Amino acid sequence: MTDVALNPAQAAKARNREQAQARLKKRYRAEARFRFYGRAAIVVALAFLVVLLGRIGLQGYSTFVDYRIAVPVQVSADRVDMADLAGSNFNLMVADSVLAMVGESDDAYGEASGEMMEILSSELGFQVLDRLREDPSLVGQTITVEGPMKANASLYYKGQIERQTEAGARPLSDRQLDWLDELKASGAVKGGFNWTFLSSSDSTEPEQAGVLGAVVGSAMMLLVTALLAAPIGVLAATYLEEFAPKNRWTDLIEVNINNLAAVPSIIYGLLGLAVFINWLAVPRSSPLLGGLVLALMALPTIIIATRSALKAVPPSIREAALAVGASRTQTVFHHVLPLAMPGMLTGTILSLAHALGETAPLLMIGMVSFVPGVPETFTSAATVLPVQIFIWENASERAFHERTAAAIIVLLVFMVIMNLAAVLLRRRFERRW
Amino acid sequence: MFTWIALAALVLFSGVAYGAGRRKALGAAGGKALTLHSLPGYYGAYLALWVAAPAALLLILVSVLGGRVEEAALRADTPAAVAELAPSAQEVFYNDVLAQVRGDRASERVYEGQLGDVFAAKAQQAERLDRTITLGALAAAIALVLGGLAYAWPRLRPSYAARPQVERWISALFLACSVVAILTTIGIVASLVWESWRFFQSVPVTEFLFGLTWDPQIAIRADQVASSGAFGAVPLFAGTFLIMMIAMAVAAPVGLFAAIYLSEYAGRTTRAVVKPLLEVLAGIPTVVYGFFAALTVGPLFRGFFNSIGAELVGGPLDGVGMYLMQVQNQMALVAGAVMGIMLIPFVSSLSDDIINAVPQSLRDGSLAMGATQSETIGRVIMPAALPGIMGALLLAISRAVGETMIVTMAAGLQAKATLNPLDTVTTVTVQIVTLLTGDQEFDSAKTLSAFGLGLTLFLVTLLLNIIALRIVQTYREQYD
Repeated sequence: MTDVALNPAQAAKARNREQAQARLKKRYRAEARFRFYGRAAIVVALAFLVVLLGRIGLQGYSTFVDYRIAVPVQVSADRVDMADLAGSNFNLMVADSVLAMVGESDDAYGEASGEMMEILSSELGFQVLDRLREDPSLVGQTITVEGPMKANASLYYKGQIERQTEAGARPLSDRQLDWLDELKASGAVKGGFNWTFLSSSDSTEPEQAGVLGAVVGSAMMLLVTALLAAPIGVLAATYLEEFAPKNRWTDLIEVNINNLAAVPSIIYGLLGLAVFINWLAVPRSSPLLGGLVLALMALPTIIIATRSALKAVPPSIREAALAVGASRTQTVFHHVLPLAMPGMLTGTILSLAHALGETAPLLMIGMVSFVPGVPETFTSAATVLPVQIFIWENASERAFHERTAAAIIVLLVFMVIMNLAAVLLRRRFERRW
Repeated sequence: MFTWIALAALVLFSGVAYGAGRRKALGAAGGKALTLHSLPGYYGAYLALWVAAPAALLLILVSVLGGRVEEAALRADTPAAVAELAPSAQEVFYNDVLAQVRGDRASERVYEGQLGDVFAAKAQQAERLDRTITLGALAAAIALVLGGLAYAWPRLRPSYAARPQVERWISALFLACSVVAILTTIGIVASLVWESWRFFQSVPVTEFLFGLTWDPQIAIRADQVASSGAFGAVPLFAGTFLIMMIAMAVAAPVGLFAAIYLSEYAGRTTRAVVKPLLEVLAGIPTVVYGFFAALTVGPLFRGFFNSIGAELVGGPLDGVGMYLMQVQNQMALVAGAVMGIMLIPFVSSLSDDIINAVPQSLRDGSLAMGATQSETIGRVIMPAALPGIMGALLLAISRAVGETMIVTMAAGLQAKATLNPLDTVTTVTVQIVTLLTGDQEFDSAKTLSAFGLGLTLFLVTLLLNIIALRIVQTYREQYD
């Protein structure tokens, strides 16, 4: 009788329950899988961030160390032509002195000194020249000069060029490596913080190249952008938000601004080339021109950010001001704008930070030129940080790649500072209504 | 320099006018501010505006356009000795003339003999023009200042409504600022259309849009072989499309799933940590991504494919192996993948907004019926958010198409119509950059073709943006 207990209806029920449970399990598995995808996406995105920043940090941090050598140079009178100082080969003189430091002397073919010159910066020779120009009586005496090693020598000290590499595959010969080891062991070469990188401008020699010119250029350009885009953007946003009648014209302006915000930045470069350079004859590759182009580019985003800050001011403030007899202009200037100021500033700073990193439009207006100095005026040729990064990335020498990463670190530091300023402003003044 | 001094003088003068106007109005009211129609400051501002604003406008206009006018007048009668020169040499000649007058740096060319005489004459003419324009502007500015004074001074009576007048000036300023946005658009469209039109005179539109070879050359000599070059942009469109597809294949799934997780699953703290970090990813300049692509991802991918190729060579897939061995750093996959990383935060933040806009009641209804969270997302939230997400993806596509630095640094220069992600391709933006960096001559088809490409790029992205913005906006309004 017992096996009759499971009548067909009950059996079907049990089967159903089993199926339902199996289905439920499957659904929960799908749920877990889905959740996993989501988590994986976040992990992947953050991993990219870590890899990107970590890789640039690893490539760039070594730039901030450089190796400098102090050399007592024997300036013998027979090797200096006082009539034509610059024509004398001071690099050779320095190389000979360093050869003496490692207990060698030049061979008849000048091969040893030639190889030695390859690991010493030409700046040392220039220093001797400068000292002699200042004081010609130094001829025949010993001048001690202090300057950087050539970039490849520094790379060896930093372990980026290794002795294990086959001799033909590395830029330094075995003999040069021996010298470098000996110089370091004797204490003639010392490592220290690379001030040159922060205090000099672009150069064809990596060990003398720095970011100062680009930083100053960026600052000047950003100043022009800020002076133009911030007031125009704030006033335009205020007009659209507070004064503009709702009609076809203001609709057109609105649609226009939204679309301008999404126009590729390179198009602004073409605009700058056709209008500012060819038509208005603004000097090429100047901070003024770059600032003008970036101002037009930043304007729509500033307007959009400013408008949302104005929208956040509750209408009751306006109504109260109007009710006690203020005109609309007075309402806006005395009450709405001051209250919206923190939000507007935050949005403006963020837009400017974005403009600071912009490169593509600047390539169109001739900013990709080799500028060895710090720009003096707003109309002189200049380079800016992102473009400097682009130029160095294209350089073939390995030491420039290291410097590219370091320039990126400098750029990111500036952007972080601007973003932090924006966040702090928001924290400090944010008001919830 | 002259303009700056004059503008500084105007600022000073308007300050004086402000004080004077204020005093006069107060004096006329017998010192009782209450009897004035407007606050005393408004009378001062009214006078200051009339005194300084028209003259300042004129000075700015002259400083922007004066140089142009001077150049045009200088070129109006070109002497025979100059007309004989090549067009580029004429350009240099006039630049040198202007440079001498303005004290800029001139080219190192020396003008001797007849040309030297002409140069001296032109320099004199330029100097005369310079003086005329400067003095004329100065005279006109002084006239405007006096005129403004004469107009506004008698009106400073207690009954005069100064405030509405000042406010009219202010709203004119407001309107002028908003019009800058319109002017930018007009400037973009006009410059692109104008230069493209010049380009399409030498290369037919159909050849540009449907031609299959891209090989922009300029003839250095007129009789040079292959002097015309080929301007068929299809390979560039194909390259742009390929890189965009790869980028979207990375950005769309990762960005979307990140957005779904953040808005539907993540707790408050996770959101508070992850969202700013994603914003950091969005804030990194594209040149940094380009550096990363060119020097890290490129060599990495090449090493990977080369080693796979080395394994396959000699086996049944020998041909594939040989191909993989030859893969270069600059493959479409590298640029596309890195661009995809760049777009992840863009896609995720836009989608996050859209998913959050789906009303909670839809979620609650679905969950109450016993659906799991993933079923709710897949069958209720996603269908509701789909149009908005399509809009977000379109915006991302428009970004990918217009992105310049990553492709310039990591994609190649070979114009090839291919869909193979391991091939080297080039894009519209890369070509614009290559065509326009360095020295340019504005009458060669090579330089002008960049504007043709720019116009195409502008129109395509504009179309994508308009569609996307419309979708996103109508969608947002639906649930408001």
